[in-house]
Amino acid sequence: MNDYLILMKSELIITIIIFLLLGIKLSNKLKNDALLLFIQIILLLNLIAGFFFNKDGSLFDGMFHTTALIALQKSILNAGVYLISLLFAGWYKKTEHLSEFFILILSALLGMDLLISSGNFLMFFLSLELATIPIAALTNFDLEKKISSEAAMKMILSSAFSSGILLFGISLIYGATGSINFEALPALLNGSPIQIMAFVFLFTAFAFKLSIVPFHLWTADVYEGAPIAVTSFLSVISKAAIAFVFISTLYKVFLPLEHIWYIMIMGLSVATMILGNLFALRQQNIKRFLAFSSIAQVGFILVGISSNSGAGISSVVYFTIVYMISNLAAFGVAAAISSQTGKEKIDEYKGLYKTNPLLSWILALALFSLAGIPPTAGFFGKLFLLTAGAAKGNYVFILIAALNMIVSLYYYLRVVRSVFIEKNEQPIEKIELLPSVKFALILCAAGIVLVGLLSWIYDYIQILSQ
Amino acid sequence: MNLLLLILIPLFTAVAVLLTRNNQQVKWISLTGASIQLIAAIVLFIAYRAEVAAGNTAQMLFQQQYNWFPSWHISLHLGVDGISVAMILLTAFVVIAGVLVSWNVEKMTKEFYFLLILLSLGAYGFFISLDLFVLFFFLEIAVIPKYLLIGIWGSGKKEYSANKLALMLMGGSALVLVGLMAVYFSMPERTFDLLQLSQLHIPIATQKIFFPLLFVGFGVFTALFPFHTWVPDGHSSAPTAGSMFLAGISMKLGGYGCLRVATYIMPDGAKEYANIIIILSTIAILYGAFATMMQKDLKYINAYSSVSHCGFVLLGIGMLTKVSITGAVMQMVSHGLMTALFFAVIGMIYERTHTRQVDEMGGLLKVMPFTISVLFIVGLCSLGLPGLSGFVAEMTVFMGSWEHTDSFHRIATILACMSIVVTAVYILRAVSKTAMGPIKASYSNLTDATWNEKAAAIILLAGIIAIGVAPSWLTDLIKPAAEIIIQKIVAVK
Repeated sequence: MNDYLILMKSELIITIIIFLLLGIKLSNKLKNDALLLFIQIILLLNLIAGFFFNKDGSLFDGMFHTTALIALQKSILNAGVYLISLLFAGWYKKTEHLSEFFILILSALLGMDLLISSGNFLMFFLSLELATIPIAALTNFDLEKKISSEAAMKMILSSAFSSGILLFGISLIYGATGSINFEALPALLNGSPIQIMAFVFLFTAFAFKLSIVPFHLWTADVYEGAPIAVTSFLSVISKAAIAFVFISTLYKVFLPLEHIWYIMIMGLSVATMILGNLFALRQQNIKRFLAFSSIAQVGFILVGISSNSGAGISSVVYFTIVYMISNLAAFGVAAAISSQTGKEKIDEYKGLYKTNPLLSWILALALFSLAGIPPTAGFFGKLFLLTAGAAKGNYVFILIAALNMIVSLYYYLRVVRSVFIEKNEQPIEKIELLPSVKFALILCAAGIVLVGLLSWIYDYIQILSQ
Repeated sequence: MNLLLLILIPLFTAVAVLLTRNNQQVKWISLTGASIQLIAAIVLFIAYRAEVAAGNTAQMLFQQQYNWFPSWHISLHLGVDGISVAMILLTAFVVIAGVLVSWNVEKMTKEFYFLLILLSLGAYGFFISLDLFVLFFFLEIAVIPKYLLIGIWGSGKKEYSANKLALMLMGGSALVLVGLMAVYFSMPERTFDLLQLSQLHIPIATQKIFFPLLFVGFGVFTALFPFHTWVPDGHSSAPTAGSMFLAGISMKLGGYGCLRVATYIMPDGAKEYANIIIILSTIAILYGAFATMMQKDLKYINAYSSVSHCGFVLLGIGMLTKVSITGAVMQMVSHGLMTALFFAVIGMIYERTHTRQVDEMGGLLKVMPFTISVLFIVGLCSLGLPGLSGFVAEMTVFMGSWEHTDSFHRIATILACMSIVVTAVYILRAVSKTAMGPIKASYSNLTDATWNEKAAAIILLAGIIAIGVAPSWLTDLIKPAAEIIIQKIVAVK
């Protein structure tokens, strides 16, 4: 009995929080401000709880399993949700359905936790759906905006499509091997055509969720239409969760097919980096811009994944942390500006430094980190991904990735140029930051500077991933 | 001597600048930081000489090592040899002069000084790192501040120049990065440590493929032809101190990298590609000189002449003799001091006349005797007058090059020598048009250099003359280090 409580600790805590919020909603006693504070505190407690009493083990005949690395991955997601609860306070205060919003977010998080822990394709599919459907509802959360409903529609259709493909892949796997158990599968995979076909279908479903080119077409529209808090959840936390499970599936379950997936990943990685970058170059809206830049970043994650080694896992997990704080900082600044002035165009950011130096520096730090410039954490994150990928000796691949970093630098610098260099008669006025937003932004900025320089963070992940 | 101080002093200065609100205080803090750094560099120089005099023949002195990312075999491994000491001295000189000439920057003063200090931090860290990863880290730190310095405080088509510079330099570092990874993975025992790598022998096939990547990557920083195109734009658009740092320090990062990283750990590769390096650098020397002749803007004159002068650095490296490499390093120091001073003087003139076009000046010697005299001396140094650093450095390169007896090397040397004549033409023309002749009425009440500008000029002049008159204090430092590099080259024969 105790085992259940400890092994499923994070899932249980999140379930309790969801019910708590439901109770509060039904009793209708708390005002938005108080409720938000309550949610922030409880999410912080959830984050802290993630670091204690962790144990390796599995339940339900291996359908659910957890290790120290998985616990860390869940904590990373928790940290992201906590930051999201702080960063977008400006928007939360305006929304009428705060508790519903967090109930949906936490349901998706619950799905992701289960997803990371799943040890069986049935569990995998159910938790993936649990992680996806609430997001579709969340995308539509700006109820009065048409663009938001449109985004939700796209999200639902594309997820339904990818779920279909995933289910087809799973059934083929079952048909070809007679098992859907992660433990048993590697021994049963022999690379027969039907297995390869099944694998390609599964891979495609992952590619949809990770917005790998050419399965990325839904991304920018959904990101633009969704409320910014949801966009950042999608682009950071949902990406991270899928990346975690993608890597463990490839490295453990589909290890016998490595010769196939290495080539697939390499090709898709190059396509994703190049196309993501090319599209990011011409975006005017900051949310679309960050959407395409996040597509390009996934291309880099694939470079790390291609290595199939402990270094690959640790560099991906490490990069996820870095990417999360950097991207959330960028989204946080964009949200602070958009919620007060409604401005979302990069051109409108001209001269921002004159009026908002703090926001400008944080945005610049975040973008430098995304571009991989030292001393920010992004430098280390990207370099470790590339180094992990280089271990296979495919230097042409690494050279393409490195050259893509320059293209990405160009567009990140474009935003920096708007903010710092270009003149504007009427720059965005002084933005009043809510205390929680300011705290979260400074937290992110400190993280961007320190996560790279403090090497023990990487070492810790590295020990866990061996 | 604790080398960590060389990183910590600028780090603390930068933090102190960030925490200060008063612009005047920012300047004084930066100046204090730069002075302490200069003292530290001089102490390092004295300590290094004392060690060498005492017979300490270790390859790298004052080594320190701290673990950083043990799982990637990355450590903060610091150490210096004569070449690094020379570079550190150069950096310290240019930094303090740069801080002094920027005294009247009033636009976003705090940010300006912060970025300057960050640049110097990158340079110091680069010159003392013995770990390739850490070296790369510091190399990149020295790029982005330049982008902002040019973009925010620059002039002319500053946005274009800033972008071009940042992208080209990052492109260079991308090549370096791939080269470093190849080095890292080519060894059975993974390491980024420069000393360990130099002990082991990197497979010849790896060297042949990846030496060009490393050399070109670093070469972009030091205006290797045809990757020099960022130089004129970047230099001419940057604010005065930015240009000084760019030409005085940043271009040296490339030369140092070519020597310390590419040539040192890949001697086979260096031998393989030596002739191509010689051809490219000879082209750069001549092309730079002729292009300078066509320029009318003082900053462009200095920028294009930098392409030519940095060609000597690469020529010295490409010739692969002990003397030529010594000359290359001498040229790095000499060019660093000279060009920084040149840009400082141009800045002083521009601030008063609001033009950089030589045709619009004239007779300035009468109203700005100090400034124009300095310009004159710098010009003479640039055209290689004996007694100044330029002569010693270029002569050493030529002497080293002449050691080769075959016609290819001889022809390259002779062609490179011819640039001196061209240099004399453009320098004398520029100086005479600026200094002599009738003076424009609007310039008749210009004032001469202020105390801070004079101080900056005198510091840099002192360096130029000290090398020119008694070069041995510098060559003594460099020769043993050059010898170690050459021994590796000879060993591969």
